[in-house]
Amino acid sequence: MCQVGEDYGDPAPEAPLPPRPGRELKCVKCKEGLPTVVIRAGDAFCRDCFKAFYVHKFRAVLGKNRLIFPGEKVLLAWSGGPSSSSMVWQVLEGLSRDSAKRLRFVPGIVYVDEGAACGQSLEDRTKTLAEMKLILQTVGFPWHIVALEEVFSLPPSVLRCFAQEPAGTKGAYKAAVDSFLQQQHAPAPGEEQLSQSGTQDLQSPAVLPTAAQTEAQPPTAAQTEAQPPTAAQTEAQPPTAAQTEAQPPTAAQTEAQPPTAAQTEAQPPTAAQTAALFRLFDSVKTLTAKEELLQTLRTHLILHVARTHGYSKVMMGDSCTRLAIKLMTNLALGRGAFLAWDTGFSDERHGDVVVVRPMRDHTLKEVAFYNRLFAVPSVFTPAIDTKAPEKASIHRLMEAFMLRLQAQFPSVISTVYRTSEKLVKAPRDGSADGPPGTRCLLCTCTLDIDTADSATAFGAQTSHLSQTQPPTPPAEAPTTPCCSAAVGRAQGCCWGAGPCGRGDPRARVIEQLCYGCRVNMKDLPSLDPLPPYILTEAQLRSQRAWVLQEMQEYLVEDSDDEAQTGES
Amino acid sequence: MPAPQCASCHKARAALRRPRSGQALCGTCFCAAFEAEVLHTVVAGRLLPPGAVVAVGASGGKDSTVLAHVLRELAPRLGISLQLVAVDEGIGGYRDAALAAVRRQAARWELPLTIVAYADLFGGWTMDAVARSTAGSGRSRSCCTFCGVLRRRALEEGARLVGATHVVTGHNADDMAETVLMNFLRGDAGRLARGGGLGSPGEGGALPRCRPLQLASQKEVVLYAHFRRLDYFSEECVYAPEAFRGHARDLLKLLEAARPSAVLDLVHSAERLALAPAARPPPAGACSRCGALASRALCQACALLDGLDRGRPRLAIGKGSRGRDEVGPPGAPRERKQVGTPASEAVPTF
Repeated sequence: MCQVGEDYGDPAPEAPLPPRPGRELKCVKCKEGLPTVVIRAGDAFCRDCFKAFYVHKFRAVLGKNRLIFPGEKVLLAWSGGPSSSSMVWQVLEGLSRDSAKRLRFVPGIVYVDEGAACGQSLEDRTKTLAEMKLILQTVGFPWHIVALEEVFSLPPSVLRCFAQEPAGTKGAYKAAVDSFLQQQHAPAPGEEQLSQSGTQDLQSPAVLPTAAQTEAQPPTAAQTEAQPPTAAQTEAQPPTAAQTEAQPPTAAQTEAQPPTAAQTEAQPPTAAQTAALFRLFDSVKTLTAKEELLQTLRTHLILHVARTHGYSKVMMGDSCTRLAIKLMTNLALGRGAFLAWDTGFSDERHGDVVVVRPMRDHTLKEVAFYNRLFAVPSVFTPAIDTKAPEKASIHRLMEAFMLRLQAQFPSVISTVYRTSEKLVKAPRDGSADGPPGTRCLLCTCTLDIDTADSATAFGAQTSHLSQTQPPTPPAEAPTTPCCSAAVGRAQGCCWGAGPCGRGDPRARVIEQLCYGCRVNMKDLPSLDPLPPYILTEAQLRSQRAWVLQEMQEYLVEDSDDEAQTGES
Repeated sequence: MPAPQCASCHKARAALRRPRSGQALCGTCFCAAFEAEVLHTVVAGRLLPPGAVVAVGASGGKDSTVLAHVLRELAPRLGISLQLVAVDEGIGGYRDAALAAVRRQAARWELPLTIVAYADLFGGWTMDAVARSTAGSGRSRSCCTFCGVLRRRALEEGARLVGATHVVTGHNADDMAETVLMNFLRGDAGRLARGGGLGSPGEGGALPRCRPLQLASQKEVVLYAHFRRLDYFSEECVYAPEAFRGHARDLLKLLEAARPSAVLDLVHSAERLALAPAARPPPAGACSRCGALASRALCQACALLDGLDRGRPRLAIGKGSRGRDEVGPPGAPRERKQVGTPASEAVPTF
């Protein structure tokens, strides 16, 4: 016994360590480095391997989907939070890589200042904005700061879907990459001199306007400073040629745009607009509906920024964890038909501007560790549900539930996430759709409402016979007694709890909404505080529908369903 | 504070606020509205055609009690006839009391009642025996897996026995909402793709099944039972409740508190979920032993019983398929003959 004890006597001081050397205190990937992060149970990564793993994931998502074409303008939606900050940093890093692995799109950043909706004071908002700008300047991409108040000056066209020819085939992507590479390489051998000098020429004017700006606007100074290092790099480093070749498009881009377009910063919103926004959010009765409204307005604003500045893609920084929570939340909000749109990699509902979610393979834990290890700056801004009790909204409830369940069953989030990938965007077959082509006024999804009389959850809530009369066979019950035949579009008009008819603006808006948006609207007692673009577009649409219907009466239809129409 | 007037008849004092709409109604108006809604579901969904012989799966609990009562009220108008079918799982101390409640109901409503027992259908296996057999396998929770699969089969057998053309069960909107939440949390894309409707039209020779209460929330079901003074049995089964469904149930309660329409919103989502064709389960075949609907060589009920007979109860519910499709000892022929259903009916038509 003593012998044995003496054997171990020496390493006794290291007593807490023994189990660890036994388990190889090495990174699971390279088997050499000192592990710093355990992402999944048992998988310890060293710093470098973790970085490689993280970066690879980001690029793999983009590479796998092949949606972002070289040279395309991409707007990064940045909230200041960890995930979107990490996304911006990934893009920044991807753009500064050597030529073969460089990301080839042209990024810009949009930040939406939601302080007014989240109850921030004006001083706090200016403070947050200053912090944001500091980070934006170090990043050096063109940026756009918009205040949520600007929804009051949005044009109604934001709500329209501009169809675009599908460019998504793999062949098209390959062709685009090839032509892009050719554009870059073609001038190189032939007109090397010219291109070189061209680059120089282009670059100096590119700097000049910003320098001019520097005098006008103090904040741009840092931005201008951020520019020269890249130029210096271009000259100093050996792979200069490749980089200079890659430079022209961006430089040309900068020149092509009016120099001021690089950074747009809205004038501070007027007090009247802020007050209007306050009034709007104050009038919403539940936090659930507030969160949904905020999300809707934010999406519209970002879409507007993207359209006015010619961005054809918007990148959102939703992480895998966030998407799993969002999926379950939207399920509970009655948005089951749109889950694939709301949480999938790409979202083409707006037509000309496609929303992509490149962070969807990263868990929140990975994001947090990466940001900490590699000092990715992020800014904390109070959200609309910050400090709200857990039961205050469906969103908060679902978030708390999922995170708690994840602590008990560590695979829940990834299970939900993987299930979401099996969802498709096409409507479920066999389900009755609204009139073809009609889209929800607010979320721009194809309407998912049934006829008021169907045996569905929607039909059960809209059918009338339940409320008033004692049971009668529905054959005798008229469909919707309160809607006159002239109006015709009976469904939904009675869900708004308002008097019916073409004149009632509330009914007019409600009938243009999908199921989920209708439920939210029930928490909004009056539509008046809504931004004008929504109301205007609603009026336009219902007018158009009405005209169409008027016209329909005079059109002679040459088909065989006359007998049917006669019956009904 | 005096109760407000009923919003529907404007005569009686309101006795409740409807959970769904917040409307203040008197008991009579509420019950009438509830019945009208079930009628609407049945008629608009074309669930039960006139002339149907409907087997109501009666457990003695609130849902099936309310379902049987509502359908009995509606039967003349729908032109259907009702048969109560109860299943005796053989759970000592629990099922006997529930079955007593079912017998009382049947006697009061003068509806024919048929009780089918696991012990008779499945070669002597009662749930108590199954529980004893699975107890050694570590997870007593799997009891519910056995019981659920076997009850489904037993109900089908019972319905055939009484010559029913349709089977109805008392699942309500809350059950549906819980199931959707749970299937997402478990990643069960197959069930998500299949579920959502009000029932199945009866593929592969199985009787058409439907859930007429699926659009009524549990609260309303309880309220209806209260106002109609229905006598039902409300005790939890002695075997462990399903742990994972418990999470979904708790969540649903919280969601409903945050937004009263959440239950129906979830049902709407479930109706509208669109899954990739690859996620849909393959077309069902027939069980090689009993001829019932099956997605593998043996239907789940036969597979479970097979495992039990061979002393390996985890066989069909455990991970992996090793040994599952091996032919066990030729089990006691416990096919339909035992309950007197002609075997020819079991042959599915493709």
